[in-house]
Amino acid sequence: MKSVYLIARREALSILRSPQGFIIAALYLALVGLDFNLRVLGGGAKYSADVLTGFFHELSGFTMFFSVFISMGLIAKERETGTFPLLLSSPVKDFEIILGKFFGAYLFLMLLTLVTVYMPLLVMVNGKVSWGHVCAGYLGVLLLGSAVLAIGTFCSSMTRSQIVAVFLTLGIGMPLVLFWLLGRFADKPLNDIFAYLAIHNIHFAPFKAGKVHLRDIVYYFSVTAFFLFAATRTLESRRWR
Amino acid sequence: MCLTRTGCSFSLRPGTMIVANDLQKSFGDVCALDGVSFEIGKGECVGLLGLNGAGKTTLLRILGCLLTPTAGTMTVEGRDISGAANYVRGLIGFLPEDPPLYSEMKVGAFLSFAAMIRGIPRTDVGGRVQDTARRCQLDKMIDERIETLSYGYRKRVGIAQAIVHNPPLVILDEPIAGLDPAQIVEMRELVRGLRGQHTVVISSHILTEISQTCDRILVMQRGKMVGSGTEEELTGGMGKEQRLAAVVRGERQAVEKALAGMSGISSVAIEDRADGALDLSIGTSEDIRAALSRALVQGGLDLIEFERKKDQLEATFLRLTGDKEGER
Repeated sequence: MKSVYLIARREALSILRSPQGFIIAALYLALVGLDFNLRVLGGGAKYSADVLTGFFHELSGFTMFFSVFISMGLIAKERETGTFPLLLSSPVKDFEIILGKFFGAYLFLMLLTLVTVYMPLLVMVNGKVSWGHVCAGYLGVLLLGSAVLAIGTFCSSMTRSQIVAVFLTLGIGMPLVLFWLLGRFADKPLNDIFAYLAIHNIHFAPFKAGKVHLRDIVYYFSVTAFFLFAATRTLESRRWR
Repeated sequence: MCLTRTGCSFSLRPGTMIVANDLQKSFGDVCALDGVSFEIGKGECVGLLGLNGAGKTTLLRILGCLLTPTAGTMTVEGRDISGAANYVRGLIGFLPEDPPLYSEMKVGAFLSFAAMIRGIPRTDVGGRVQDTARRCQLDKMIDERIETLSYGYRKRVGIAQAIVHNPPLVILDEPIAGLDPAQIVEMRELVRGLRGQHTVVISSHILTEISQTCDRILVMQRGKMVGSGTEEELTGGMGKEQRLAAVVRGERQAVEKALAGMSGISSVAIEDRADGALDLSIGTSEDIRAALSRALVQGGLDLIEFERKKDQLEATFLRLTGDKEGER
């Protein structure tokens, strides 16, 4: 696990120091802030709880979208720049490489997300904020972010092009988001299956309302674990090609 | 063969570092390695010679545990690279043709990362990095960002990351590719400095580089091992045509008469020199040096110079690879 820590630390620092990381951080924080001011706070008087619910709903969308770009280079960039042999020829297992890369990106995402905490604090100025609601909301956002980052890690392991990795991640992520529509219109039992598979709708709704359900945590952990496992298998298979 | 398989480990002759046995690697329909077998002893510096596309890089990537062979076995210190890949990775330092460098990092931080990821304890890392930087003449660059270094220094950093954990086996894929003449000389010295402390495997398609740096040469062509040995063995092997060159003073007829009575001569060329002497070029597939010198002297000729012209490495390489081309 020491290898995971080393790889994660290097990855997080690399993202933080790169122009790409700077642009992602700047855009994310600017857009979340603007959206908070215009959409979440706008539209007349609201209860603090409703403002928080709206904030976490919006934040989850931005987190999903930007997670695609944070994860695009995790493996693909290593292949593109020819740095991967350093890790592949080191006494590190493939799953440790994947976990290290994932946690490095996740650390960056956590930093970005936690910087937005000033927005709930602003709500405190004119309203009453439940810290349980805030913690549940952030837990949901980070779980959702980990699932999308895992999908991105898997897609990044399949190609040496970061752009292709983005499109692959969107190709998997978009249907997972839109499954809630199929869940609404499909017949039984497919509607239940689609509704359960949807990455955002029924699994994220409790978090943004300040509720934490074990089934939703299990769902996000399962998605994350599945795609990280798939990424590891992809990496292993590349040694045969 | 010297080895017997027991699970994923092998018993092998003491002093053997690498044993490859009937190694094969295919990429789809393309056969990159076709039944390659060889042994490399501990402390040897071995050059892998071959034209572009001969399979050198594939072989090194298998040895570096980046690729898995399609068939056959390869062991490093008796451990199979497929069955005990992680153990073997701990024994090697690998420099691909393009150095795997995180360009945003400083040289010292990068080498520390490379050492720690290879399992060097944190307390030892500082000393290892300094030692390695000194060996690779990078001590003044330790605080420089890698992206600001010249290509020659980047190659040095590449070698430094491969030896920072003091591995028994160092694998260098085309270490001088892309370097200017001054950098080549520096790199050659650096690679020579690795001999004795590590087993070194170097690939190159540049003959002089291999001949100047390595103890032994493995010649590859189209995925096959077509020659193996020291430069001397490869270029002067018995049964191969070689040329003896002599300078004598005397009559041309006397030379012809002296040579007429000798066996083992396949061709003779006699040329007049400006100083009145004669240049002899004698083709033979046997070692007739003693008999020839006696015959010339006994024929009343003054033998001024006499040498066996070595078959140059280039010619040997072309002969080895050309023969195999012809078989296809």
